[in-house]
Amino acid sequence: MRNKLSWFAVPYVAWMALMVVIPILIMVVYAFTTAQFQGTLENFSEMGAYTSVFLRSFRLALVATLICLLIGYPVSYWMAREGAGFQRVAMALIMLPMWMNFLLRTYSWMSILENNGLLNQFFRAIGLLELLGVDYLPMIGTPGAVVLGMVYNYLPFMILPVYSVIVKLDHSLLEAARDLGADSALVFRKVILPLSLPGVLSGVTMVFVPSVSTFAISRLLGGGTQMMLGDLIELQFLGGSYDPHLGAAISMVMMAIVVACMVVMNRFGEGEGEAALL
Amino acid sequence: MAKELIRLSDCTMSFDGEVVLDGINLYINDEEFLTLLGPSGCGKTTTLRIIGGFLTPTSGDVLFDGVRINSVPPHKRTINTVFQKYALFPHLNVYENIAFGLRIPKTDASGHKARLPEGEIDQRVMEMLEIVNLRGFEKRRITQLSGGQQQRVAIARALVNRPRVLLLDEPLGALDLKLRKDMQNELKRIQKAMGITFIYVTHDQEEALAMSDTVVVMDGGKIQQIGTPEDIYNEPKNAFVADFIGESNILDGIMRQDGVVELFNRRFQCLDKGFEKDEAVDVVIRPEDIDIVPEDQGQLRGTVTSVTFKGMQYDIIVDFYGFKWLIQTTDLSPVGSRIGIKIDPDGIHVMRKSQYSGMFGDYSSYSEEYEEISDANYGPEGEGSGDEE
Repeated sequence: MRNKLSWFAVPYVAWMALMVVIPILIMVVYAFTTAQFQGTLENFSEMGAYTSVFLRSFRLALVATLICLLIGYPVSYWMAREGAGFQRVAMALIMLPMWMNFLLRTYSWMSILENNGLLNQFFRAIGLLELLGVDYLPMIGTPGAVVLGMVYNYLPFMILPVYSVIVKLDHSLLEAARDLGADSALVFRKVILPLSLPGVLSGVTMVFVPSVSTFAISRLLGGGTQMMLGDLIELQFLGGSYDPHLGAAISMVMMAIVVACMVVMNRFGEGEGEAALL
Repeated sequence: MAKELIRLSDCTMSFDGEVVLDGINLYINDEEFLTLLGPSGCGKTTTLRIIGGFLTPTSGDVLFDGVRINSVPPHKRTINTVFQKYALFPHLNVYENIAFGLRIPKTDASGHKARLPEGEIDQRVMEMLEIVNLRGFEKRRITQLSGGQQQRVAIARALVNRPRVLLLDEPLGALDLKLRKDMQNELKRIQKAMGITFIYVTHDQEEALAMSDTVVVMDGGKIQQIGTPEDIYNEPKNAFVADFIGESNILDGIMRQDGVVELFNRRFQCLDKGFEKDEAVDVVIRPEDIDIVPEDQGQLRGTVTSVTFKGMQYDIIVDFYGFKWLIQTTDLSPVGSRIGIKIDPDGIHVMRKSQYSGMFGDYSSYSEEYEEISDANYGPEGEGSGDEE
């Protein structure tokens, strides 16, 4: 069995080695060396200067994930209870924006949120700005704008896994709970919620990981003031402060933190069903 | 004397204009074991779901202890259900599955919500585990249990709430034959021991006869007959009931006078009375009530066309004047031999003509798989039609 499989696995193993393992190894080597490729831990000690960027990244990603969960769960729940035709349409509507280019979508938000953008023009037209005595409401360049961009872009990744778990719930389990005396609130709390936890876990993972490492959203909607880890890393490779060794070290630390978060979460969810996607 | 607990009066149920239950009138006594028996799509599961509160009848009343409960939701009824595929909670272990209903705060008479103390929950769960023979399984996950064990957990989970009535929807359908027989005895024992009304849905007539105090035979959304297992078997009301319960030869006859029925232009003694003179009737003769005698002594004479060994007896098919009968006998008569038969008066049962006349009871298409063929729609997985879900 093992031998038979191993032949089919060769292309996959080769691909993984070439595209995943080797790049990670290169990154590890860079992280622990100086520009002259001498062993050092300096890259890590330098990172202390960027603590605020780390904190901001995790804070904004956490807030975005939480908002995605608060919006995504009820939407998934409601969708799963409607008819099959409605579900197909709703699913298509949720997927539709994802067929557009990610940057394009984020640029659109820029023009909506700008100081002279669509929203401010609208506020001016209805006299809100006059009422408040300001020229414009500052929206772009705030943490809120970055979180909005994350929620907008990653919400489908929350809805899809949660929805697919809820829609597959055995209806007779809900009837059994009602039969045993549970009212609607208890049926939700004692049956639906625990059984949909695997979907929630993979949704949280799929929103949190891209959010914490994003650089386009924070740069475009953060207006340069909301630097996140992704921006910091990009700066080390392509930007003015060229230092790929430091960039590699930051990437490694970020990866380690994310993996640690996921492990803890899956542990927590293990008792409640199958382990979520990692 | 038995006390009436549940009454369905003139209950009709239709889905999207399709009538699934048609004017059901039924009362169920306290501590009774009542079975709803019929083929898939007959309305038995719908009836059960109306009693459980999962469906509200389109018209008619459901009374519980004399109170109308049409729109009382399931969680407010003192009725619990054992679902067809058990519907055990996969995220809880055996203990927590059984304790599910006990952990739900109950509103007492003064409108105050109260929880059972943990000690009482534990005591009642352990008591139930004892009753269903699952002591020591409390920490197991549901997925680690066999079908029979899951079945027991489902029963324990329902009974631990001490319901007045337990509804069972084909609970043994997924078990193999041996386990079914064991569980039938087990269920009967539990029902007796706890003194709870059981309403049992099945398509398996043997199961219904073996377990029930009362059998309700249903077809086409209507009740065909209500009676004790003996009544249903010995005195079927129409050809459908006669055919669905056990094997039967159903023939056209003419009632010449009280106690005399004419078949194939021959007069037979019977015990049935109260028909019009010369009324056309259906006559049921059970295969085991027919005695084989030498050809010259028989009331009817025919040719054996097929013999099947069934273990306990032979099933032989005999051709009488072109009509094929099934006879069950312990004596072998080889294929092609001429035999005569005798039928005692109490072996003949006369029924009025019904919409089912002529549809059942002829064995001319007999094959060795006749049981499977006649029950083909009635398999446990055959409950696919929308009305039965």
